Amino acid sequence: MPPLARRNLFHDKIRLTVTLTGIVFAVVLIVVELGLFVGFTVTTSGLIDHSNTDLWVTSKHVPYIELGAPFSERKLSQVKAVPGVAEAQKFITQWTQWQCPDGRTESVQIVGINPDSELGRPWNLVEGRVEDLKTPDAIIVDELYKKKLGVTRIGEVFEINHHRARVVGFTNGIRAFTTSPYIFTTFKNAQDYSRIPLDQTVYLQVKVAPGADLGQVRQSIQNRLKDVDVVTNSQFSRMTQVYWMFTTGAGLAVLLAAILGLVVGFVVVAQTIYATTMDHLKEFGTLKAMGAPNRYIYRVIIAQAAMSAVMGYVLGMGVSFFVVHASQQGGAAILLPLPMAVGMFFLTLVMCVGAATVSISKVTSIDPAMVFKG
Amino acid sequence: MQSAISVRNLVKTYAEGATGVTALRGVDLDVYRGELVLLMGPSGSGKTTLLSIMGCILTATSGSITVANREVSTLNEKALPGVRLEHIGFVFQGFNLFPTLTAGENVELMLDLKGIRGRQARERAAKLLDQVGLASKYDSFPANLSGGQKQRVAIARALAGDPQIILADEPTAALDSHTGRKVMEMMRDLAHEKGRAVVIVTHDSRMVDLADRTIHIEDGLIANPAPVNEPVMPAIPQGVVTGWFAENPGLNFA
Repeated sequence: MPPLARRNLFHDKIRLTVTLTGIVFAVVLIVVELGLFVGFTVTTSGLIDHSNTDLWVTSKHVPYIELGAPFSERKLSQVKAVPGVAEAQKFITQWTQWQCPDGRTESVQIVGINPDSELGRPWNLVEGRVEDLKTPDAIIVDELYKKKLGVTRIGEVFEINHHRARVVGFTNGIRAFTTSPYIFTTFKNAQDYSRIPLDQTVYLQVKVAPGADLGQVRQSIQNRLKDVDVVTNSQFSRMTQVYWMFTTGAGLAVLLAAILGLVVGFVVVAQTIYATTMDHLKEFGTLKAMGAPNRYIYRVIIAQAAMSAVMGYVLGMGVSFFVVHASQQGGAAILLPLPMAVGMFFLTLVMCVGAATVSISKVTSIDPAMVFKG
Repeated sequence: MQSAISVRNLVKTYAEGATGVTALRGVDLDVYRGELVLLMGPSGSGKTTLLSIMGCILTATSGSITVANREVSTLNEKALPGVRLEHIGFVFQGFNLFPTLTAGENVELMLDLKGIRGRQARERAAKLLDQVGLASKYDSFPANLSGGQKQRVAIARALAGDPQIILADEPTAALDSHTGRKVMEMMRDLAHEKGRAVVIVTHDSRMVDLADRTIHIEDGLIANPAPVNEPVMPAIPQGVVTGWFAENPGLNFA
């Protein structure tokens, strides 16, 4: 087939630029918003997803991890006695106040763990060791929040809720959705920093023995402990994600912005392809007069749309990669998993071809007799 | 002799609001292969409407149309493009070339519609352009061609489908008299070679001497009707090539 679609597309370079700008805008906006959505979702449940835990014991009706309420730590021994339980640890996460060197106060989330256990440990350590938490007043902070908390190096001493805290390590990439940084420390320190009574814990983390049935162990613990909830790690993760992303409306907001990007891209592409079609209406009329079936003309228009989609996608993803990379050092990570990048290609294609249907309906109604009108 | 196109009692009415405009009021006409027929008449007389109906671009309000021995007046609109593609080539006043395609690619487009592609299409397009004297213009865009050259490309494109009928609407209107004459001579020779039926709508009375027959249309009727079914011109024996195509043999790609 003679390159009619390609030539028509490149014939008017200004119009092509407008078309591609619209597509790039749509691609970047959708990628950024969906990337934020994925990033936010992953961030909300980060503590749970990286906890290496199978089951969580919580006080009744805890909807998300930040809203745990204290309960008696004596339940720990009851949990350990349940058949199928390989390990159980106490775990705290609570908000408290951090005193910055310049006098400011920042809200932080204390995370109290057992450094000798694999459960609930900080991840992505770039300086220091988790074992260093066993030294007095030790804390581990994420690099992303150094400036916010006034931290510069290991060994610095700060005040958390009128208690001493000494930095022994840094992680990288542990974001808190609430923007209150996580401060990892021992369970004992966490009780001090957050004023949790010494005989209380906020959560119990449970590791199931290899070969044991997760559902049965969960039920057994639930049967033994009446005034708590027992949820799987994936359940707790999902509950936390759903709360932050949808109950608060944050997720809906970014999804709406992504949909807006799609609509804008659709409108721009529809308008420019329609304008191009109108410019070439006489040619399409000539094609019809020559005996071309409608589907032949549709192929030309769809080919234009598809070529625009490919070019716009490549340019848009180039910009998106740059934005995603730049966001990695910020408080809100934009994630671009490979399936999303691939899906974005097909979405761009659908958007552009869908936008071309406006033009297709126009050429369908062309009266071939127009070719005789000079 | 069997006609290439035959219309009987053709009526065409355009509806305009509460009233209608009758462009054709009962036209009878036969066009035979091997003849060049001019349709002439004042503006609004119905010439282009008649040409459009003969070319299966418009449908008649009533009457019958036979194209290449096929009754087309009862065909639905979806079937008409196939008839045009198979039997009819068009040449337009404004050339109607695709500006973003080269001369060769414009001809290839017609071949593509006929299912001829790739190297075969390129070779045939080159041959056609050669036959109209534009072999060196294969890679030229229409913007770089003169009016006469554009019309010759359009003729080559119309011939690419090997139609037995060529319909042209004012093909010389945008050309100077000398160039227009040359184009008309080419179309006359098309009619006399291989028995193509050529029908041309024109206002230019200087071209009458080139035609085998001139039909005058006024107020939707033929003003000088010939008796039905009687050939007006002596049949050209098959295989005899005259004029322009004698000097440029080989316009046979069947």
